[in-house]
Amino acid sequence: MLPLDVLVVFLPLFGAFIAGMFGRKIGDRASQIVTCACLLVAAGISIKLFNDVALQGHVIDRTLLHWFDSGAFTVNWALHIDTLTAVMLIVVNGVSSMVHLYSVGYMGHDKSIPRFMAYLSLFTFFMLMLVTSNNLLQMFFGWEGVGLASYLLINFWFEKDSANKAAIKAFLVNRVGDFGFVLGIFGCYLLFGSVEFGGMFAKAKEVASTDFIFLGHTLPALTTVCLLLFVGAMGKSAQLGLHTWLPDAMEGPTPVSALIHAATMVTAGVFMVARLSPIFEYAPNALMVVAIVGALTCIVAASIGLTQFDIKRVIAYSTMSQLGYMFFALGVSAYSAAIFHLMTHAFFKALLFLGAGSVIHALSGEQDMRKMGGIWRIIPFTYAYMWIGSLALAGIGIDGVFGMAGFYSKDLILESAVGTHEWFGVLAYWLGICAAFMTAFYSWRLIILTFHGKPRADHHTMEHAHESPWIMLGPLVPLAIGAIFAGWYAWDWFGGEDRNAFWGNAIFELPSHDPIEAAHHVPEWEKWFPLGVAVPGILLAYVFYWWKPELPGKVASALGGLYRLVYNKYYFDELYDFLFVRTSLRLGQIFWKTGDDGIIDRFGPDGFAATAVRIAQRASALETGYVYHYAFAMVIGVAAFVTWFWIKS
Amino acid sequence: MPSFPLLSIITFLPLVGVLIIMLFAKSGDNQACSVKLSKAVALITSLVTFVVSLGILCYFNPSDSSFQLMERYVWIPSFNIAYIKGVDGISLWFVLISTFLTPICILSAIGGVKKRVKEFMIALLVLETMMIGMFTALDFVLFYLFFEGVLIPMFLIIGIWGGEKRTYAAYKFFLYTFLGSVLMLVAIFAMVLHVGTTDMTAMMGGKFPMQMAIWLWLAFFMSFAVKTPMWPFHTWLPYAHVEAPTAGSVILAGVLLKMGGYGFIRLSVQMLPEASHYFAPLVMVLSLVAIIYTSLVALAQTDMKKLIAYSSVAHMGFVTLGIFSLNQQGLDGAMIVMISHAFVSGALFLCVGVVYDRLHTREISRYGGMANNMPHYAFMFMIFMLGSVGLPGTSGFVGEFLSLQGAYLANSWYAFIAALGVILGAAYMLWLYRRLFYGPLEKADVKAMPDLNLREYAMFVPLVIFVFWIGIYPATFRDMFAPTVNKIIQDYQAQIKDSTHE
Repeated sequence: MLPLDVLVVFLPLFGAFIAGMFGRKIGDRASQIVTCACLLVAAGISIKLFNDVALQGHVIDRTLLHWFDSGAFTVNWALHIDTLTAVMLIVVNGVSSMVHLYSVGYMGHDKSIPRFMAYLSLFTFFMLMLVTSNNLLQMFFGWEGVGLASYLLINFWFEKDSANKAAIKAFLVNRVGDFGFVLGIFGCYLLFGSVEFGGMFAKAKEVASTDFIFLGHTLPALTTVCLLLFVGAMGKSAQLGLHTWLPDAMEGPTPVSALIHAATMVTAGVFMVARLSPIFEYAPNALMVVAIVGALTCIVAASIGLTQFDIKRVIAYSTMSQLGYMFFALGVSAYSAAIFHLMTHAFFKALLFLGAGSVIHALSGEQDMRKMGGIWRIIPFTYAYMWIGSLALAGIGIDGVFGMAGFYSKDLILESAVGTHEWFGVLAYWLGICAAFMTAFYSWRLIILTFHGKPRADHHTMEHAHESPWIMLGPLVPLAIGAIFAGWYAWDWFGGEDRNAFWGNAIFELPSHDPIEAAHHVPEWEKWFPLGVAVPGILLAYVFYWWKPELPGKVASALGGLYRLVYNKYYFDELYDFLFVRTSLRLGQIFWKTGDDGIIDRFGPDGFAATAVRIAQRASALETGYVYHYAFAMVIGVAAFVTWFWIKS
Repeated sequence: MPSFPLLSIITFLPLVGVLIIMLFAKSGDNQACSVKLSKAVALITSLVTFVVSLGILCYFNPSDSSFQLMERYVWIPSFNIAYIKGVDGISLWFVLISTFLTPICILSAIGGVKKRVKEFMIALLVLETMMIGMFTALDFVLFYLFFEGVLIPMFLIIGIWGGEKRTYAAYKFFLYTFLGSVLMLVAIFAMVLHVGTTDMTAMMGGKFPMQMAIWLWLAFFMSFAVKTPMWPFHTWLPYAHVEAPTAGSVILAGVLLKMGGYGFIRLSVQMLPEASHYFAPLVMVLSLVAIIYTSLVALAQTDMKKLIAYSSVAHMGFVTLGIFSLNQQGLDGAMIVMISHAFVSGALFLCVGVVYDRLHTREISRYGGMANNMPHYAFMFMIFMLGSVGLPGTSGFVGEFLSLQGAYLANSWYAFIAALGVILGAAYMLWLYRRLFYGPLEKADVKAMPDLNLREYAMFVPLVIFVFWIGIYPATFRDMFAPTVNKIIQDYQAQIKDSTHE
């Protein structure tokens, strides 16, 4: 029997292999059973490991195989499971197993079921490799691997042009992030002499004030390295600037959006910074950048979410915005709060996405909220799930009594930020408060537009509208329970008195930084403020879309240019298209036609050939029609000439 | 150490096959029978050669960094020319790549080549002898003979079995590589006269005065820069690949391009360390230009073979980048990129061959939606694409990562710019894949294409195994060449230190 920590990682790979290679032979049903069973077992093991590692404190370290070995640069394939990893295992395997089950129903009529299940399991494997790594390189393996799985799944319906485009875009934008990641790895090797976490962390304090030369400038080494790695995190976690792929990624089937583009993969960047907390702690400037980028992402994404009409895109922007919260928590050293929110967010956002999937399923594939409405009686369970998810997302709860999952984690983040008394912490707090207001607004805008009012779908669609089967509704139960209770249940570990014992050495905070402690001492009104903006947000949504439905259009036209700017997502896509895509294509054409054909060939071989042919025609006595004879003559001639020259000198 | 001349046996085994084909496959009396016979003989010969070449692994002591399996016979005593053969950790791999790829090429040719099959098989086997001879030669005259000898069968393969513009392509190929060779010959003459022997092992370790070394280095550079190929000496490659039959492209990409990298290591770095140090920035800059420039050009291609040819130039940019980082990681990386590229780009050309055999066009736009009707083919292509893109876990990543790291240790600018090429590499490959395999399956003739057959599977499966093997456990490969690389770097550093002390 293999050890549990090996099983938990490789069971999904086994499932992917069986479904992927033999899916056609064993059939749809067997593929579903194998992959789901592997994932359910892995999820069970994750709970066991969480108990052993996080609660009992038995950290697991296992070396599997040599990987890289070049000079002083050595890296192993290894499994490292500490509290941080154990939390991630629960999130990844928990959500993934539910998504697997849900997919049995959601993808039930698809023609490539084994392929879908194989991709899902493959994704899970890569994600597990990412979180169990004990070095930067294996993390990068998982990192690019989830990118590949994401590419394959976005593109699952590969006959759709828009899916092709979105998939390539996701891969390439992530590659831009990975460009930073790779340079960061090189920097780490130069700085620490190792890319294994143990070796790096031991030297972090020592190298905190060293400089190195990067791109011809002398820069503070640790800050530079941290920022390069953070570029990687920005790509994967869709932070402002490298976020444009995430909304497009919604082209993939909805279970994919729930698993990859909400609950797990996009949080890899958050995980990475938390994992590297022992080095980020000694790079305060890098942390400041993380906080600022996170706060800006949080507000920009929330604002775009206000204006979108595609139900999945609204949730996608919401995800991006919530990731922003996690990043500014990291930026103020509140790693525990960030991972807390990562965990609760995984539950309620997966719930929201799968709920949205259920809506789309009910309405024969419709995703535009303008063509929905009036279906809450037809799909009451889905409706209830969406309420639970939205309440958790908006962070509704009463301090000291009970709150939904998001209430605990989001408030902890906001209080940690304002508790630092750093300018960027305070900025993040205020932007976070604004975003919380918007979050509440767009969440209920979504609920009202989707479920209430007069049905706006066509007659045919409405006739077929139906509640989803139990195989889709069932897996949502654990997620809904998580969305309700996860924050309340896990509070002591992440934000309460037990947190130091819980985390052990998995995350590191400088003794002078204790944002969680500071969070408990912020003024009372700052604690109530998040709830104080969420409730008006909900109410405003009712005013706009329930009582006065003519209001949104009026406001939009009154805002004019500003509305168009937000509605068109601040024109990031257009800008990037102009700057990078078209420039690359144009340069390619120029280099090819002008560079290769026009210059190199014209003055190089073709010119030479033309001259050679002319000479050859004149010296027709030597012409034998066989190039090799010329060549041989040339060799002899040149050789003789040079030999003579050499001997003479 | 075996009691028999293993390297010579491997070198000349293919010629035995040639002999058999010539004797028994008479083209006159029974056409079909002779074609079948020559196919079988060629395949068997190449497989036997491969198996025998594995013997090198048995006798080779990986912890020893010097030349092994040495053979030394007096050849032309009056000129002090000897027949010397031997392998070290570097050349060992190129020999194995040659013997490994040749049977795969013959498999591909069995299905792809329709005219003058017998002669094609002979050309491939002769080519194999030339390649192995070149990588195992340790005497300059022998080395030069084989180095040039490779050109002849390759030139014929392009010129006779090539596409429509084969004459132009063959001519261009010949002109470029030959021009480089002439300069190399001059350099070899000069070196032999200076040292007084043609023994290559006697040339190593800085035997030449700097003034002379610089000229020698430049002459070698011209030759290897064309072979590799480096920008701006690369324009022969797209034509040669486009016109060459599939088997020719595979050998060209898999082995012939490696002659440049091998030459840079063996002749430039090992024999002319100071000049290599002096010129390293030049090579680095040209490598970076190659990586960015050719990746962008690859984006603009509409012919899939041309696209992969340009991507080869970009990948070879990582090889020269690694070599002239002149440190352990760089050279390790360059070696693995070369080994990986032999498998991956060889495989990609085979992939092109698969659909070319069915539809007889290389225009990307003529295809589309093939993931529908050719899922096995799409799967294979996907794996090789990922290897080319350098996804971690595939062979492409290990080499690219190490050579980038070597470049970073030399100067972070190098790694910064080269890493941009990694983004572009993903762009052109993913876009190619999308145009070939995704989208709706509309064209009738594309729809009618059958999926991979057994022969094609037999070509791809070994390559897939190597793509993952190198990607997941490169130690198997690296352990064999690491001591040699280590010694090369140490010798190089000792030379540089000496010369700066003087």
